[in-house]
Amino acid sequence: MDIQELKAIAADIRKDIITMIAESGSGHPGGSLSAADILTVLYFHEMKVDSNNPKWEDRDRFALSKGHAAPALYAILARKGFFPRGELLKLRKIGSMLQGHPDMRGTPGIDMSTGSLGQGFSASCGMAMAAKIDKKDYRVYTLLGDGELQEGIVWEAAMFAAHYKLDNLTAIVDHNGLQIDGANEEVLSVAPITEKFKAFGWNVIETDGHCIEDIISSIDKAKQVRGNPTAIVAKTTKGKGVSFMENEADWHGKAPKGDQKLQALKELGGEA
Amino acid sequence: MAEMIATRDAYGEALIELGNENKNVVVLDADLSKSTKTFAFGQKFPDRFINVGIAEQNLIGVAAGLSTTGKIPFASTFAIFATGRAFEIIRNSVGYPKLNVKICATHSGITVGEDGASHQAIEDISCMRTIPNMTIIVPSDSIETKAAIHAITKMDGPVYVRLGRPAVPVINDKESYEFEIGKGVTLNEGNDVTIIATGFMVSEALEAAKELETEGIKARVINIHTIKPIDKDLIIEAAKETGAIITAEEHNIVGGLGSAVAEVIGENCPVPLKRIGIRDIFAESGKPAELMKKYGLTGDDIVEAAISLIDGK
Repeated sequence: MDIQELKAIAADIRKDIITMIAESGSGHPGGSLSAADILTVLYFHEMKVDSNNPKWEDRDRFALSKGHAAPALYAILARKGFFPRGELLKLRKIGSMLQGHPDMRGTPGIDMSTGSLGQGFSASCGMAMAAKIDKKDYRVYTLLGDGELQEGIVWEAAMFAAHYKLDNLTAIVDHNGLQIDGANEEVLSVAPITEKFKAFGWNVIETDGHCIEDIISSIDKAKQVRGNPTAIVAKTTKGKGVSFMENEADWHGKAPKGDQKLQALKELGGEA
Repeated sequence: MAEMIATRDAYGEALIELGNENKNVVVLDADLSKSTKTFAFGQKFPDRFINVGIAEQNLIGVAAGLSTTGKIPFASTFAIFATGRAFEIIRNSVGYPKLNVKICATHSGITVGEDGASHQAIEDISCMRTIPNMTIIVPSDSIETKAAIHAITKMDGPVYVRLGRPAVPVINDKESYEFEIGKGVTLNEGNDVTIIATGFMVSEALEAAKELETEGIKARVINIHTIKPIDKDLIIEAAKETGAIITAEEHNIVGGLGSAVAEVIGENCPVPLKRIGIRDIFAESGKPAELMKKYGLTGDDIVEAAISLIDGK
């Protein structure tokens, strides 16, 4: 798939995110929009997965450690054919397969239930460890928020992955600089992220989290590294693509209503 | 005098057996492998032993991730850290997705002894009982421990196994003992009162029954090794037939076996109940036997409770 096609998919994913969250009346648009390009590259360019066989044992794995970006992942999985796109409009509704945060028991294509921050990262270390034990060559990816780095378990897991040389693990940090209560640097400084991961024994790559080419090349570089896990610190914009959501912490967990939805979809290029 | 073996020692031996039988078994520890007895497994199967260091949250998270690939992880540390510090990881990354993680924690209860209250888990059963999908097993001796460890390996789903530090009497017969998850075991017949015990308090209950017998009281003794799902039928039958129940556990009376039994009889067949256990207080440093005496967890305490219950009938 070429770059233009990937960009088109990412644009459609963003529209799905807005439509889904507006329909459900709740959800997390800011962090879903910031993760859209990264997830598009992972699922439409990089990862070996099979929507006809979601539990394929040699598949690459993904844990959405920032589980609140579930709408972005659901939109991706639907487009990959893991379940019908019509399910997207049932997000967060009673009886739906699409829970507020990822539920591996209910949704085909979800490799780990997440939502409580830090835990998906820890579980991804277990998945990568299993591949090492079995001498399998599948890779494991996880996506964290930058605010999420404040969780203690993240650094327990970071120490673990480096100690056990989990070079089959790539952790991507969706570094949009904002969390619920405001900027990371106001709430609790997470900087310097790159140096922190380096100090924990990780290979670190900084990238533009909205540039498809850069994301691809960063993931490719991570795959070449032997003996260390790789963290890709992806600089992103929270609410990317919707002018009134961009860089606004208030849009972390709020649904667009009526005109806001229409305005957002218009900016993203019309309904998907 | 019965042979004395710690349940943690039996756990360590069971793991070696499992390691030989099932290549999917992986053992994790958090820098306590010499105490939890997972160390020997690590020596024998180094490729399937993972020390996560002093990081109990990640212990459970890594175990959860391993289980999604078909591994059968046994995660061990002390009960206080497994169920306390890592509680929410167990809840969200193991219980909610119903993953096949076996949490086998040692050093439960006040018989941890000299380390004191900070290390004496008296609320672990209670914490684990509130997590949907969780099976909870508290073996009474070394024989039951081994049987339980083999049984939980064959079932799919999260399990918490509560093990102890000190050597405790072997009360089950190695040749004839049959273990079934969720099925209580009647160890002594009687119709005057029922003593329902778990863990090594089962041996105290048997001692109490002997003592009561000398006073002409026939006490039924039931070993509830599986706290969840609990054997309701056996408990209801005992309530109906004996009309008085005593529970005995080395755990806080809030939320443990006593509470679980109270829930069953309260809804089905209310009868007088006395709960022997730690009475919602933190204990202290001391020798296990001294602590058992001071905090009311001996066979004598059970005898006293039985007599007062029967007097009140």
